Amino acid sequence: MAQTIAKNLPTVETDTKYDVELHKVFKVYNGETAVRGIDLGIRQGEFFSILGPSGCGKTTTLRLIAGFEEPSAGEVLVRGKSMVGVPPYRRPVNTVFQSYALFGHLTVWDNIAFGLRIKQKSKSDIQRLVGEALHLVKMDSFARRYPAQLSGGQQQRIALARALVNQPTVVLLDEPLGALDLKLRKEMQVELSTLHKELGVTFVMVTHDQEEALSLSDRIAVMNEGRVEQIGTPSEIYDFPKTPFVADFIGETNLFEGYVESVDASLIKVTTQQGLSILVKPTAACNGSTSDPVVVSVRPEKIQVTLDAPGSRINCFEGRLIHTMFLGAHVHYVVQLLSGDRVTIMQPSRVNGSVSAEDTLYIHWAAADGLPLLAQPTSH
Amino acid sequence: MTLPHPLVKFRPSWQLILTLLMFVFMYLPVLVLAFFSFNASPFSAGWGGFSLKWYAKMISDGRMLSALQDSLLVAFLAVMISAVLGTLMAVGLARYKFPGKGLYQGMSYLPLIIPDIAIAVATLVFLASLAIPLSLWTVVAAHVVFCISYIALVISTRLTGLNQHLEEAALDLGATPQQAFIKVLLPQLMPAIISGCLLSFVLSMDDLLISNFTAGGGTTTLPMEIFSRVRTGVKPDINALSVVLILGSGILAFAAEYIRFKGDQQQLGK
Repeated sequence: MAQTIAKNLPTVETDTKYDVELHKVFKVYNGETAVRGIDLGIRQGEFFSILGPSGCGKTTTLRLIAGFEEPSAGEVLVRGKSMVGVPPYRRPVNTVFQSYALFGHLTVWDNIAFGLRIKQKSKSDIQRLVGEALHLVKMDSFARRYPAQLSGGQQQRIALARALVNQPTVVLLDEPLGALDLKLRKEMQVELSTLHKELGVTFVMVTHDQEEALSLSDRIAVMNEGRVEQIGTPSEIYDFPKTPFVADFIGETNLFEGYVESVDASLIKVTTQQGLSILVKPTAACNGSTSDPVVVSVRPEKIQVTLDAPGSRINCFEGRLIHTMFLGAHVHYVVQLLSGDRVTIMQPSRVNGSVSAEDTLYIHWAAADGLPLLAQPTSH
Repeated sequence: MTLPHPLVKFRPSWQLILTLLMFVFMYLPVLVLAFFSFNASPFSAGWGGFSLKWYAKMISDGRMLSALQDSLLVAFLAVMISAVLGTLMAVGLARYKFPGKGLYQGMSYLPLIIPDIAIAVATLVFLASLAIPLSLWTVVAAHVVFCISYIALVISTRLTGLNQHLEEAALDLGATPQQAFIKVLLPQLMPAIISGCLLSFVLSMDDLLISNFTAGGGTTTLPMEIFSRVRTGVKPDINALSVVLILGSGILAFAAEYIRFKGDQQQLGK
């Protein structure tokens, strides 16, 4: 299963051109380091997301590309040109702000025309381009309104049109859907994706919503504490997280901390701090030398639950059901193992065969379903 | 069960009584003044019938008109200068960091708290020590001192409520910092600037103390003229003038508040 996914992935690092490159970029604010040595290459035409928890430096990274901040060290390039010392108004990028930052004293039309007028485009060009931009975001009939007369979702569309109308090399989106309610956010996600495909412009989006990043992006950079933890396609990041942080942040997972007990017959035996013995397949990044500290990640949907002891003795543990959550298509179980570990399990819901609380049960998973990760020196 | 019965006697609370007394104390003198400004009799003692003659007399009073002209000129000049400097001051204080900013900020708003008499005396002593002759211009300079603080205060309130990213959005769309200021920030601040100007115009028109200390010979503002006449007894034409002044100030203050309110409505979420 894992192999077939890996084969279908686009080949990494071909000679694609980069629209945005960051080389060893650092940003220090009054002694606080917000960004610690970022290397990024954002390809032409891709939908690239920077994903991370709040305070991880993702917005700072976006502002460094936009030019609102200058890096303390390192270099930002757009289309191969160094942006050092280039003010935001001379960069070929446009930003969609989280707060939209629409100009309240101007109509929707004038908001969108703002950039074109500054660039002194001809009247007929402005007329045509603004009309097209309004049509693109399906706001044709709102041209004469003022931003204060629009709903949040409509303001969002205008902010998008105001950026796109300038035909930038790169569109920067700072949590573009963060202020919208769930239903509207889903709709706008589809529209953002459609817009990106239609226009073929490079999109760089900052978000803390992993689902949004996974569903929209061609590639994702996961950031934590000012560093990039991993860059990859959504499936790479979900199926092959490189660090325990990424495994934990993207989707749900069960992490077992331990150390390598032995390596034999292409299987690593890991003993956890609670005394569990777990067998996993080695990976390129973590091939297991004895006594290495490792973390084993097992996704909730990969774990099976049975009431009777299963035949297989691999990764099979006895436990007690302590919590059940019905989620419609799926059921979430929380099982407390005899070792004391709590394990989250997700199973498709079935009409019968439900397990009741306090039942003794067995959980197990195949060796290939666990992923060994090198434990990081914890920095928090 | 506990619904108020329509026939229950109305019993005023002490809060209501206090409020009414307050309003009576504040506005009854104004009403009396307005009432007597229409009195045909020159004496406040009795009612001699309705008349507009005091208003007519006021309009044809040359000294009064020249005082009004001085007052308007001083207020207009002081407000114009303060509008430009006050706007720059508020924006500078809100947008830039520099050493001693806190001290500067505190000192800029100090004239709002310092008693007028202190400003008046200090300005007079200062002008005398530099041997600057008193004139209409020295009144303007002294008025700028408090007008600038007032305008800057109103603008900085608006600035703190403004979306921090507006200027960045303008820069992002290709505007230079100067263009961003003129095309985005200034229009956003305009309601506050106008409102601050109108209110400080009223303050300048109303000022007696500072003008009295800093005016040179030949310059007489309206409050100075009124004050000098009142010393020899209140004439009905002063009543008429007062009514006009109250109405004028009221309209300006209302307009200022209305403009500010409209501006805040247009403002978007932060």
